[in-house]
Amino acid sequence: MTNTTAIRCAHPTDYGYGDLGHLMALMTGDEKHSAAATSTLDVLWVLYDRVLRVDPHEPEALDRDRFVLSKGHGPMAYYAVLAAKGFISAKLLADFGSFDSPLGHHPDRVLVPGVEIGSGSLGHGLGLAVGIALGLRQRALHRSRVFTLLGDAELDEGSNHEAIAFAGAVGLDTLRAVVIDNVSATHGWSGGVATRFDREGWTTLTVDGRDHDAIEAAFAAARPGRPHAVVAVVEPKN
Amino acid sequence: METMRERFVATASELLDDDPRLAVVLADITAAQFAPAATKHPGRVINVGIREQLLIGVAGGLALAGLRPLAHTFPSFLIERPFEQVKLDLGHQDVGAVLVSSGASYDMASMGRTHQAPGDVALLDTLDGWTIHVPGHPDEAEALLRDAAAAEGRVYVRLSGESNEEPRAVRPGRFAVAREGGAAAAGTVVAVGPMLDPVLRAVADLDVTVLYAATVRPFDAAALRRAVLRSAQADVVLVEPYLAGTSNREVDEALLDTPHRVLGIGVPREELRRYGTPAEHAAAHGLDAGALRQRIAAFLG
Repeated sequence: MTNTTAIRCAHPTDYGYGDLGHLMALMTGDEKHSAAATSTLDVLWVLYDRVLRVDPHEPEALDRDRFVLSKGHGPMAYYAVLAAKGFISAKLLADFGSFDSPLGHHPDRVLVPGVEIGSGSLGHGLGLAVGIALGLRQRALHRSRVFTLLGDAELDEGSNHEAIAFAGAVGLDTLRAVVIDNVSATHGWSGGVATRFDREGWTTLTVDGRDHDAIEAAFAAARPGRPHAVVAVVEPKN
Repeated sequence: METMRERFVATASELLDDDPRLAVVLADITAAQFAPAATKHPGRVINVGIREQLLIGVAGGLALAGLRPLAHTFPSFLIERPFEQVKLDLGHQDVGAVLVSSGASYDMASMGRTHQAPGDVALLDTLDGWTIHVPGHPDEAEALLRDAAAAEGRVYVRLSGESNEEPRAVRPGRFAVAREGGAAAAGTVVAVGPMLDPVLRAVADLDVTVLYAATVRPFDAAALRRAVLRSAQADVVLVEPYLAGTSNREVDEALLDTPHRVLGIGVPREELRRYGTPAEHAAAHGLDAGALRQRIAAFLG
């Protein structure tokens, strides 16, 4: 296994939101990024900057919130935020995807501190998040919440709907899903993404996925007794 | 006689009382039998409904949260249907879990192909780090379940309605000598789980060593080598209650430096398309004592 002491940065950095483009450029080699490459960027930033109770000094603290990146495709924005927040060293970004780098084109929890799951194959994060939430509840870690980030096209995978229905039925209220909606699902979602969660008993809010205050407020709207979904609408992929 | 499945429910229910780390995850199958345990431990007996991808996903998540999950359903729905969850939500996440199936290759003979999973062990064998137990008696099932629950890694316990008359003292991961052949023994027969009784009947008049395996992964290569090197011929017959040839590779690796022959007997790949009883399926697959005798004797000459 890779030596994590070389990977970790483990202190808050001076990076802010304005630096994320540059941090991503270290991976992509291009300062200008398409909307698709940054579709998750604002939600990730708001989560790590304002919402999640996580600490780069103690990425495995028992009572932390868990952030489960289900949509592991295109993780440059994720790595950029992890670097900006001090979970990983920004020095790692330039070698993104190389043989000796812990940062792959899909993240691996075993290789990167602060990464809660390995993902890449779509439709795995929400089921894992349901299990994590049930486990933390059983261990009386009631302060910890479990956030999962998905994409609207990822919802095509039926495994998500197993998890959505079950979490709603049992009122798993420490669970939060955020769906980045860039209208990329091949056959669309008639009635909108939020209806899939609504009808199974989740509370939902649909917001502008670039509006930081609106994203923050949407997460704060979670209510006891029900899981909560935020649909963050960004520019259409195509 | 009490079935392995009944013993599983009793054992897991006891373990839930004793081990606050253990959580049982179900997908409707056997949920009624776990109802008393669910009443006692509502947070640790979780029935997700008929959702097998979620069954394994939840098991993976529970493990990530520090619990010891035990997920259960029929083998076709535990290993085959959610195979990618088994690969990724457990293996790739680098977490442990106990998967317990009941139904084996043709316990549910009258249900047809949809409820038969002779390929489960071979499928798991493509993945890293799995211990695989195939008990041959409810007592062995209990011992192996207790061992699996107390361990940390990924363990599959394959329960069956088929059972040997008497239990054997099993040491997890070790083969036992069920019958010692003479100095001129014609070969070594490895009988897996419930295949032991039919094998012993089949070889009653043959001079062979019979090893008994209630754990097939890891494969006890040392025990196999000892038995083979004591026999007159380095001939090995594997009798497995699932897909024929599943462990041939293990035999070859154990005997890499010894010229040898291996015959893998088990459930054939071809779909039978018959209903009926487990005994009829065993006979149709050539796995009853009479057919086994013929096949083993013909191979060993």
